[in-house]
Amino acid sequence: MAETSKTEAKREPKGAAGPAVATLSFEAALAELEGIVQRLEAGNVPLEESIAIYERGEALKKRCEALLGEAEARVATITRDADGRPTGTAPLDPA
Amino acid sequence: MTNTAETRANAPEWSVSELSFALRRTVEDAYGHVRVRGEISGYRGPHSSGHAYFSLKDEGARLDAIIWKGTFARLKLRPEEGLEVVAIGKLTTYPGKSGYQIVIESLEFAGAGAIMAMLEERKRRLAAEGLFDPARKTLLPFLPKVIGVITSPTGAVIRDILHRLSDRFPRQVLVWPVRVQGDTSAAEVAAAIRGFNALPQGGPIPRPDVLIVARGGGSLEDLLGFSDEAVVRAAAESGIPLVSAVGHETDVTLIDFAADVRAPTPTAAAEMVVPVRADLIAAVDGLGGRLAAAPIRLLERRRGDFRALARHLPSADTLLAVPRQRLDGAGERLPRALRGNAVAHRVQFQAARARLSPSALRMRLERLAERADGLGRRLQTGLGGLVQRRGECFAALATRLSTAHATNLRAHQVQMARARERLAVLDQRAGRAVAGELRARRRRLEAVDQLLRALSYRGVLARGFALVRDAQGHAVRTAGAVAAGARLELEFADGRVGVVAGGAPAKPTPGAAAPVAPARGPEKPSQPTLFDT
Repeated sequence: MAETSKTEAKREPKGAAGPAVATLSFEAALAELEGIVQRLEAGNVPLEESIAIYERGEALKKRCEALLGEAEARVATITRDADGRPTGTAPLDPA
Repeated sequence: MTNTAETRANAPEWSVSELSFALRRTVEDAYGHVRVRGEISGYRGPHSSGHAYFSLKDEGARLDAIIWKGTFARLKLRPEEGLEVVAIGKLTTYPGKSGYQIVIESLEFAGAGAIMAMLEERKRRLAAEGLFDPARKTLLPFLPKVIGVITSPTGAVIRDILHRLSDRFPRQVLVWPVRVQGDTSAAEVAAAIRGFNALPQGGPIPRPDVLIVARGGGSLEDLLGFSDEAVVRAAAESGIPLVSAVGHETDVTLIDFAADVRAPTPTAAAEMVVPVRADLIAAVDGLGGRLAAAPIRLLERRRGDFRALARHLPSADTLLAVPRQRLDGAGERLPRALRGNAVAHRVQFQAARARLSPSALRMRLERLAERADGLGRRLQTGLGGLVQRRGECFAALATRLSTAHATNLRAHQVQMARARERLAVLDQRAGRAVAGELRARRRRLEAVDQLLRALSYRGVLARGFALVRDAQGHAVRTAGAVAAGARLELEFADGRVGVVAGGAPAKPTPGAAAPVAPARGPEKPSQPTLFDT
């Protein structure tokens, strides 16, 4: 289990060159956005490509903002059956 | 006799059982509730009956101990070999073997030192299994969507965590309520870690991206549940990254070693699992600003580059002026050059026409005809001479050939005549030689024939003897070889006669090597005569 989650975490930033922006984690989207800004600022991107990566940069920024916007604190407690197996969630009311 | 009986009556008489049970009552009354400190010795787990039997010992003594099955399940502390404990229970006796023992109702650690020693030993054992290997540690996600918290649903800990989370980055939090103290605490915490890990991705209950196992501070014994082997194993096996936050910074529990990250306090755990949202927003805004500015600057720079280059680009007129000038010049020179060329050719033509006339052509033809005549004449004379020379040559060769042929013929005739003479002489000599040889051979043959006839048995027959043969044609040499009535054949000089032997064989005649039945007749020769011949 630990192995699987580790490889998934590694794969994410590597595949960030092209995959759908909506599937990116915040960290991956932010890293790619940083890369794009640096390339544009370096100023050696061909004009055509600069337009394409600018558009992707815009999408990445929107993705980051959307992820940052999901700042709703939802707190729930796990409800369990007689055998201790989780059955669902219920609002938590920390006394 | 009576005295003795009285003496007996004075001292009351016990049965063994009575005494044993009296002792038991005494012991149980006097030690119905004792706390006794000692080291567990000879512990080998509960017996198959569920009861546990072992001893408590110190330097000087040993006390048998027993924990009944029902009590064993309720113990806060599992007995372990060598553990220093304080046992609470009552003393009782075991009449069957004249023994006494303590029936333990509860067990406690004998002070902090004992707990530390046990934890140290357990840590060493689990570390040896590799549960604490750095290679097993997983990185925490940068921004988890769902955070699973395993703690008591009531109390300061969960409130601290939620408070800190909402300060930094409000997230979805799932609390798995557990008791963080008491006998069942360890089992509940282990079940909660496994329960969160068992949640499927995308199920009705969201699977957390990170787990926090938290508890506030407490005594060493209060925190013992988080050092339980089951909890440590569950934490080490967790596929979801796990942060342990048990007690205060100075409290060390074994789950801290198996967790992916150890937080000194529950609040610190909340800080570790989420970044500060405001910082991220600022960072994204900053990047957004740079992103917007960069292409504009890029365009500006390119525009500048373009203008600079455009300035250096020469106008179309400038580029064309020189070639146009060349074209004009060439166009001007073209008709003049054409005319000049025509004049030059005309001059050449006229010079050639002057040299060309019919008289010149005729002279050339006459010269050629003369040469042809001359050559024709030389050819005729040359050919006649050649034929004559070859004819003479041939006649000479023909004469030489006929002379040589005649000479050769003569020589051959002489040679043949000589050969013929030699042949006649040789023929005569050969005839003579052959006749002489034939005569000699005939003489030798006659001599041999005479000798042969003298030696042949036929010679003997000619003198009147006969040869006897049996039916198979073998010669019969003795009378004994002839059976009565045997068929025999007699050979005389002039022919053969078949006979049958009659009567008993004749007495062998002394010296008779001759046939058995000599022929009767006047020609019968006597033996000496035979040998004399």
